[in-house]
Amino acid sequence: MSRLRRLVALCALLVAGIAGPAGASGGADIRMEPSPINRLNLESQQRGARTFVNYCLNCHSAKYMRYNRLADLGLTETQIRENLMFPTDKVGATMTVAMTPADGKAWFGVPPPDLTVEARVRGDEWLYNYLLGFYRDETTPSGWNNLVFPNVAMPHVLGELSGTSRLVVREFENHEEAQAAALAGKGIVVLEPGKNHTWVVKTLAVETAGTLTPAQYRETAADLVNFLSYMAEPNKNKRVSLGLVVILYLCVLFGFAYWMKREYWKDVH
Amino acid sequence: MQKLLTWIDERFPLTALWESQWGKYIAPKNFNFWYYFGSLAAFTLVIQIVTGIFLTMNYKPDATKAFESVEYIMRDVSWGWLIRYMHSTGASMFFIVVYLHMFRALMYGSYRKPRELTWIFGCVVYLCLMAEAFFGYLLPWGQMSYWGAQVIVNLFSTVPIIGEDLGVWIRGDYTISDITLNRFFAFHVIATPLVLLGLVAAHLMALHETGSNNPDGVEIKKQPKDPATGLPPDGIYSHPYYTIKDIVGVIGFLGVFSAIMFFVPDMGGYFLEANNFIPADPLKTPEHIAPVWYFTPYYAMLRAVPSFLGSQFWGVLVMGLAVLIFFALPWLDRSPVKSIRYRGGLYKGWLAAFVVSFLILGYLGVVPITIWGQFPDGWPLLGSADRATVVARVLTVVYFLFFLLMPWYTARDRTKPVPDRVTE
Repeated sequence: MSRLRRLVALCALLVAGIAGPAGASGGADIRMEPSPINRLNLESQQRGARTFVNYCLNCHSAKYMRYNRLADLGLTETQIRENLMFPTDKVGATMTVAMTPADGKAWFGVPPPDLTVEARVRGDEWLYNYLLGFYRDETTPSGWNNLVFPNVAMPHVLGELSGTSRLVVREFENHEEAQAAALAGKGIVVLEPGKNHTWVVKTLAVETAGTLTPAQYRETAADLVNFLSYMAEPNKNKRVSLGLVVILYLCVLFGFAYWMKREYWKDVH
Repeated sequence: MQKLLTWIDERFPLTALWESQWGKYIAPKNFNFWYYFGSLAAFTLVIQIVTGIFLTMNYKPDATKAFESVEYIMRDVSWGWLIRYMHSTGASMFFIVVYLHMFRALMYGSYRKPRELTWIFGCVVYLCLMAEAFFGYLLPWGQMSYWGAQVIVNLFSTVPIIGEDLGVWIRGDYTISDITLNRFFAFHVIATPLVLLGLVAAHLMALHETGSNNPDGVEIKKQPKDPATGLPPDGIYSHPYYTIKDIVGVIGFLGVFSAIMFFVPDMGGYFLEANNFIPADPLKTPEHIAPVWYFTPYYAMLRAVPSFLGSQFWGVLVMGLAVLIFFALPWLDRSPVKSIRYRGGLYKGWLAAFVVSFLILGYLGVVPITIWGQFPDGWPLLGSADRATVVARVLTVVYFLFFLLMPWYTARDRTKPVPDRVTE
């Protein structure tokens, strides 16, 4: 009996140990802003395409994406040729860049990744917050840093639009206070362990204004992410609408098949 | 038409084959929901083979072109995206269906005498399916493809003495490379499917020889036949009764399949992993390498087993045994009854423990080992150990005890008498 009791006590202890708080596990917590993109908003995607070819497509390629595919967004071939095609005159060409991966590595430390399917790697929310997460940092080679992607090699190419932000770091003695401050913070908030068992809350604050207002910049970032999301899977809208038809058809077919099965099985007793 | 059939039958046993395998095959009339998954597995196999053929027409098994060719299929090939999603969704659905099919066998004792060979062929099918999935997963040549294959081939390298050479022999190179991709392509599109088809045929022929089990575990072949129909009282012809019933099952299955394929083809990163949209980079190891969900219970076991005598081989051994132990099942079960309906609490309890272990291990195989933090320092034995690792160890033991203690608890279990007739 005493052995059983000891076993029960051990089990209880084990459960308590497992169910207990994960505690100081290291690692930073990040609260991101929800990305306000809508895959059916073609105008937003058109604006995103414009931003993409003007700002991103100098260093980042999208080498699986063809220019004429932009017709998906409701653009004519002439519109694509006149507004979105700079490095080539072949409308069936893919979105390549002149910069070689070796150049990229020499200039930035890492070759800028191809962005065709980047939205499937990172997700829309991450990309949106990444575009909002840049701040001035004199200690990095590019002079920029990012709250979502610390020590990123990429400079803030959209900086002239957004203006600049600086990092606001607040230090707290205990986790509860830090958590309360993080919850009260606006925009992207990072909560991470600091030195000497303290906790650090990081947020961004506007330093200088850009050519766009903060609200306009958010819209531009959302449009760009909307475009990247489209480009990562150009058939997405077709996929969903076809899916609805297929499932509707299967429902009807299921009804008939089930009725037929019942008819056949009437003679099984 | 009849004349043509007679002409063929005089030269080839077409009618006899059809009748023995399906047309005049007598099946118990009380199959329930769990009996859909056999025909669904066969159906999924057909989906995979047909979509696979079309994918092969545009896929390029070349390390410099593979990733690009998959994107080409997704973007430029007419309906290529649909065919590719069918194939990727089909792979995961195949495992779901097969796991449910195996669970059915565990519930109703379908592996018991006289169906041992059906069970064994099925186990080999399962092994083949794992190999097929593993080879196929390298082909998109993304980061997870590459590093997943690297990790799994390295498992073979832990085998004492011959391990290193074994790894090189499998890869055909010192790392996963173009050579590996080419041979995995060959294994994925022809070698394994060929074996798989043969085994499925053997699985079905063995089943149709012994006759199907059923949720009551009643042997309908032992029932006195009705002189008027020549059928056992609980038997019906599978055609048309189960033909039409399985068609209903297939349509329902297609509904679920389509919902996933059209609305969430990557299934939140479980069917198609986000990292696999980055081309393979031999110089950049991803932070978190997790196999696709259907391997994760075994992967969790692998991680849970500590290294011993400076070798990681023990984890690999445990993982291998966890799959191979299924083969022994017909000889481990000593219960006088087959179906869970007439078994006692012991078997039910152990089966539940086994299923729960399998599911939690599956979860633990997806997440980083630090997910639940560590036990507090200073605890005896467990101090500062990762909680997830300790749980995985306990569950691995439960997984094996389900099998190893089976001769004991099935013999001791308080069973109920099995009726002569099926109950539904």
